[in-house]
Amino acid sequence: MNGPIAPMDEAGIIAAVQAARAAQEPLAIEGQGSKRGLLRPVQAARSLSTRALSGVTLYRPAELIISARAGTPLTEIEATVAEKGQQLIAEPPYLNGVFATSAPPSIGGVVAANLSGPRRITWGATRDHVMGLRFINGKGEAIRSGGRVLKNVTGLDLCKLLSGSYGTLGVITEVTLKVLPAPETSATLLIETPDLASAVAALSAGLGSPFGVSGAVALPAPDHAVAALRLEDFAASVTYRMEKLRAMLDSFGAQRVMEDAESRAFWRSVREVEPLQAMPDEAIWRVSVRPSAGPRIAAAAGAIGGRVMLDWGGGLVWIAARPSIANHAAISTAASLEAGAAMLFRAPESLRLAVPALPAEAAPLAGISARVKEALDPGGLFNPGHLRAA
Amino acid sequence: MIALPAPKPDILARRAEIVAALQALVPGDGVIAEGIRLKPYETDGLAAYRQVPLAVVLPSSTEQVAAVLRYCNEQGIRVVPRGAGTSLSGGALPLADAVVVGLMRLNTIHQINYADRYAVVGAGVTNIGITKAVEAEGFFYAPDPSSQLACMIGGNVMMNSGGAHCLKYGVTANNLLGVKFVTIEGEVLEIGGTYLDAAGYDWLGLITGSEGQLGIVTEVTVRILRSAEGARAMLAAFNSIEIAGAAVDAIIGSGIIPVALEFMDKPCIHACEAFAHAGYPLDAEAMLIIEVEGSIAEQDALLARIKDICARFDPISLKVAETAEQSLAIWKGRKGAFGAVGRISPDYLCMDGTIPTSELPHVLKRIGEMSDQYGLKVANVFHAGDGNLHPLIMFDANDADSFRRAEAFGADILKLCVEVGGCLTGEHGVGVEKRDLMNVQFHPHELAQQRAIKTAFDPAWLLNPAKVFPLQGALAPAIAAT
Repeated sequence: MNGPIAPMDEAGIIAAVQAARAAQEPLAIEGQGSKRGLLRPVQAARSLSTRALSGVTLYRPAELIISARAGTPLTEIEATVAEKGQQLIAEPPYLNGVFATSAPPSIGGVVAANLSGPRRITWGATRDHVMGLRFINGKGEAIRSGGRVLKNVTGLDLCKLLSGSYGTLGVITEVTLKVLPAPETSATLLIETPDLASAVAALSAGLGSPFGVSGAVALPAPDHAVAALRLEDFAASVTYRMEKLRAMLDSFGAQRVMEDAESRAFWRSVREVEPLQAMPDEAIWRVSVRPSAGPRIAAAAGAIGGRVMLDWGGGLVWIAARPSIANHAAISTAASLEAGAAMLFRAPESLRLAVPALPAEAAPLAGISARVKEALDPGGLFNPGHLRAA
Repeated sequence: MIALPAPKPDILARRAEIVAALQALVPGDGVIAEGIRLKPYETDGLAAYRQVPLAVVLPSSTEQVAAVLRYCNEQGIRVVPRGAGTSLSGGALPLADAVVVGLMRLNTIHQINYADRYAVVGAGVTNIGITKAVEAEGFFYAPDPSSQLACMIGGNVMMNSGGAHCLKYGVTANNLLGVKFVTIEGEVLEIGGTYLDAAGYDWLGLITGSEGQLGIVTEVTVRILRSAEGARAMLAAFNSIEIAGAAVDAIIGSGIIPVALEFMDKPCIHACEAFAHAGYPLDAEAMLIIEVEGSIAEQDALLARIKDICARFDPISLKVAETAEQSLAIWKGRKGAFGAVGRISPDYLCMDGTIPTSELPHVLKRIGEMSDQYGLKVANVFHAGDGNLHPLIMFDANDADSFRRAEAFGADILKLCVEVGGCLTGEHGVGVEKRDLMNVQFHPHELAQQRAIKTAFDPAWLLNPAKVFPLQGALAPAIAAT
């Protein structure tokens, strides 16, 4: 593979797309390249990177809005908003450990993969906070969707379509995100429960309480499980609500509270999927399911020798297991039996080429999907083979 | 007046045959074809536009919706989906040669799951109906458009409806897990499910707010949330719009995100006070309603902080509700704002642009100047935290010139919103009302891109024609006005 094309500005991206279109040569689209291991390997000889499109272009703390060029590192965005006491709402992960890279993800890549951390359960996904974006379609045209205001229903919502499209529908060049004030403090209630099912029940009770739980993860332990519930707000409010939450969840098991610094460190590790403790030679799957079915997915993973952690109240099951076609089939089957969806998140290239990383779309939807892809990327230039086999 | 496409003469000529075919697909009393009974369907919340449709069909199941769409697609008949008909942008306005597919009979609540915090409901269940079904367990459905007593969740999905509490809870798109979606070919698709964010294209996000351009939603899986322990409002009134705007910035800058933050200007305060006797200060130029949530102690603490912030801006009135009743009284005027303006003017147009909040003083000043220029009064009420304006332009529909001026005034306001970095519509949708202004916000190739995506779903452009996209333009030949 030749080195990536990394234009300094949007005009350069357009020129690169037009050249690829003229030559009918597909492109691997990337930002900082931190998630190359995700989904199926892209079948393209050249890559086009947005990494040189960098910098915050607009930040209005009072309007809760930040815009940045797509290649801006997540670190820079987080530092910029932190200076004004604000934060990215969905706490998107870096995943440097998962993908064994040191490159900080670009904000464009975070949006293109719609990656969200633990706070997603209560405050929405990254895609929910994309207020606007600019992207280059397969004809080399710059397209805007949304804008720089918090409420906008003008026209079809291409922000949502492009978020989570993994660079297959367009090259995102600039994003505008909603931000919110960062909470004054954070505290976490840990509950030791007999098993994962009771841990998820504790999370459900907490999330169904009026106390504003903003993180809910269940972790297996050798002969029990741990439910962790986060509260974030003003100090007095967190103190008050922690007391209420503890009383309400008293029957689930022994309790311990992590205060601010320990709580923040714990949720950073959850965000980075560290409690899963995936070995370098293991594959990682992500199963989305209704929370109460999470423990049954965990049991299915256990049956193939896999290990799990359950975020989002039990509804996001991370699985680490030996990379094999049989294991992928077992996990996909378990997910579909519970009306959920499995995704192969990390695996050696051989497995990523051998299995569908995502569930197939039903026939009529697959037809629409192909026509929408054609409408945005008529030459099939962007990330061929990335989501599904070509 | 906004142009509507000419009806297809062959469809009009075949009316009797089409009605008979629809009756076979939706037996019983599910098809309306008599003039007098079609009348209620001739308009929606944008009452200045009226058109009796070819026929109305009221399916009772997803299968019937699919059969109707399959038939209409085969026969080349235009289709206008309709929920409760509360759209303020003319989203449900019929065409003379179109079949209106009304979803009000899909009003069953299929499933409520408190442990996993979702409900599966028919598209014809009202917005408030969802909250009513779950409130005994302490839950609610968050988006709360002011039409929530009447509007239906299917329409909310199609328009991506907002409400007064989106600053904290988001709009419809942020509160959905899945939909049952029927294509124009009559295929039934399950989009999403009962979980969050599976990988793959975000069809749910694209469908939400698509204004009936892509297909029809018959069933919706919504997230339900546990209500806060309580909520309480306060009122703060100021000597100028600029000062009130600065107070809003200071509140948000302090790290507090109130659950609601509403703004009213003087004409709106007066109209609401005359209507609701809510005790609003009549000498104020601008007034804020600020609501916070939590336990009594948390409410007290937050309201005290907000009161301190407001006190720095020389308020002429600061009133913190001590009880739930006092909170309701503060809200009473705001909730009745549209009705209050309806009382002092025979008709009004409710605009819906969004602006960056820093542009507020400039935009309200310009709206005041336009009001003089057009000779029409305007009252402003809006969601201050998110910059979503609702200028209410007062006019008399019996006076053609007054209506013409009101429409031109409204268009100028929306152009101004775009000019200062905002957008045409924050929550009401483009519909027919703002269709021709899409060229102001988007470049031709951007609209062509949106049209191409619409075509991917609806190749013959039969779904909700003459809405959202200007009639003239690439890929819209099928409905060009004649």
